[in-house]
Amino acid sequence: MGWLDWMLLLARIVLTFFMLLFALVIVIWLERKFIADMQTRPGPLRAGPRGVLITLADGMKLFFKESFVPTLADRPVYLIAPILAVVPAFLAFSVIPWGTHVTLFGREIPFQIADLNIGILWVLAMTSMTVYAVVLAGWSSGSNYPLLGSVRSSAQMISYEVGMGLALISVLMFTGHLKMSEIVAGQGGYYWGFVPRWNFIPQFPAFLLYLIAGLAETNRPPFDLPEAESELVAGFHTEYSGWRFAMLYLGEYLNTITVAAIATTLFLGGWRGPHPSFLPWLWPIAWFALKILVIFYVYVWIRGTMPRIRYDRLMAFGWKLLIPLGLFWVLATGTIVLLPGLYGSRGRLVAVGLIVGIGMLLLLAADVLERPRSRSREGASP
Amino acid sequence: MLSQASAETYYQSYAVVLAVLAAGVLLVGVAFLAARLIAPHRPLPAKLTTYECGIDPVGQGWSQSQVRYYIYGFLFVIFDVEAVFLFPWARIFERLGYQAVVEMGIFIGILAVGLLYAWRKGVLKWV
Repeated sequence: MGWLDWMLLLARIVLTFFMLLFALVIVIWLERKFIADMQTRPGPLRAGPRGVLITLADGMKLFFKESFVPTLADRPVYLIAPILAVVPAFLAFSVIPWGTHVTLFGREIPFQIADLNIGILWVLAMTSMTVYAVVLAGWSSGSNYPLLGSVRSSAQMISYEVGMGLALISVLMFTGHLKMSEIVAGQGGYYWGFVPRWNFIPQFPAFLLYLIAGLAETNRPPFDLPEAESELVAGFHTEYSGWRFAMLYLGEYLNTITVAAIATTLFLGGWRGPHPSFLPWLWPIAWFALKILVIFYVYVWIRGTMPRIRYDRLMAFGWKLLIPLGLFWVLATGTIVLLPGLYGSRGRLVAVGLIVGIGMLLLLAADVLERPRSRSREGASP
Repeated sequence: MLSQASAETYYQSYAVVLAVLAAGVLLVGVAFLAARLIAPHRPLPAKLTTYECGIDPVGQGWSQSQVRYYIYGFLFVIFDVEAVFLFPWARIFERLGYQAVVEMGIFIGILAVGLLYAWRKGVLKWV
């Protein structure tokens, strides 16, 4: 690589960072507006037109505030935790293709920082680093509420990480690729000529599993027990102030964007979408942003609709429903992928679909059947 | 085996990721410097005490917590190691044929029995 390549790479990194931070400003404002709309109040109004600069104003304010370290805090760990919240979010986003490519100086420049050959694994590894930020921030604060919040959230996040991993494994089995660019490439074309060949149609259970696990991984409502302001003051970041709090907040929203971007790339065809022929590099970016916004809107919608889930129900939901469902779906995907090759007919695929559907109905039935029995047992035992 | 050219792109892509890591750390560093320059710094003993709702905090702040969280940690390790086995298998199972799926079914079945055992033992029930 010559110096021009390195400069272009640097420009790509800076551009991606800038786009991410810009998306962050917009997304936080949009969330507040959406929530305000659902609660019939105006939401942020004053900073900029329709309050669009509110995030910027909040961020600036935090930088002008004192960021002190409590006496009882474990100083080095306390200082490292905000860094751990932000940096892995950027690293996870670096493998995501958020556009096609543009030709500059005779070189094809993709809108993706690094196309690692272990894409999905990398994403899983980096998004699970968030657990460290939350746990270390809570533990090192030397205070009861953060400690409770972090211990609670560590159990929550590792539980839902298993479900998330299973969803990612079924996508990997279905597409046969770990590389993000190849997964997007594999989602071109149409079923029956008009339905886009996006993974969320054949992999719908994995898509749902990923969305739910993603909610829990990013500590968004209704899974926001690490913060739980009605019980734990502010959860794991009670003792953080000033720019360090800003970093934790930034990391949280970066992770939300990253989870939405991963869901878009793996299940919704990434940057794919029909577009006119002029400016061929711009439309894929717009499609990608639109799909992220749709997923984000669903997340905000869930936040506006659902109350915070109780902790025992949260864990029961994760371990008794999501993880068995994920395990079942991994095996079902294996069958779906292999059976047409064995028998070579499309009818078999439909049959497998039916079997899978029946299996899931059975799972649901088992869950429904189990409920009253376990309740009566609880009632009988002292 | 990696050929010479693909080995080069292989290492290059990781060098790029290292550059992203450096850029991320740099961003935090810039934030730190900016805050250093513009944020006030007036530590007072009362300000630096642990947060408590209007009264003096009691104890050292590191309280005991339930052992249940620890059990979930154990369960997580089992299923995370399972994911370690699943990922390489998921990459190539198409080439191995249906026997591989059946074998993985048996493996997952054994682990599912473990989960079922924990379930029946009441480990997943929060009292």
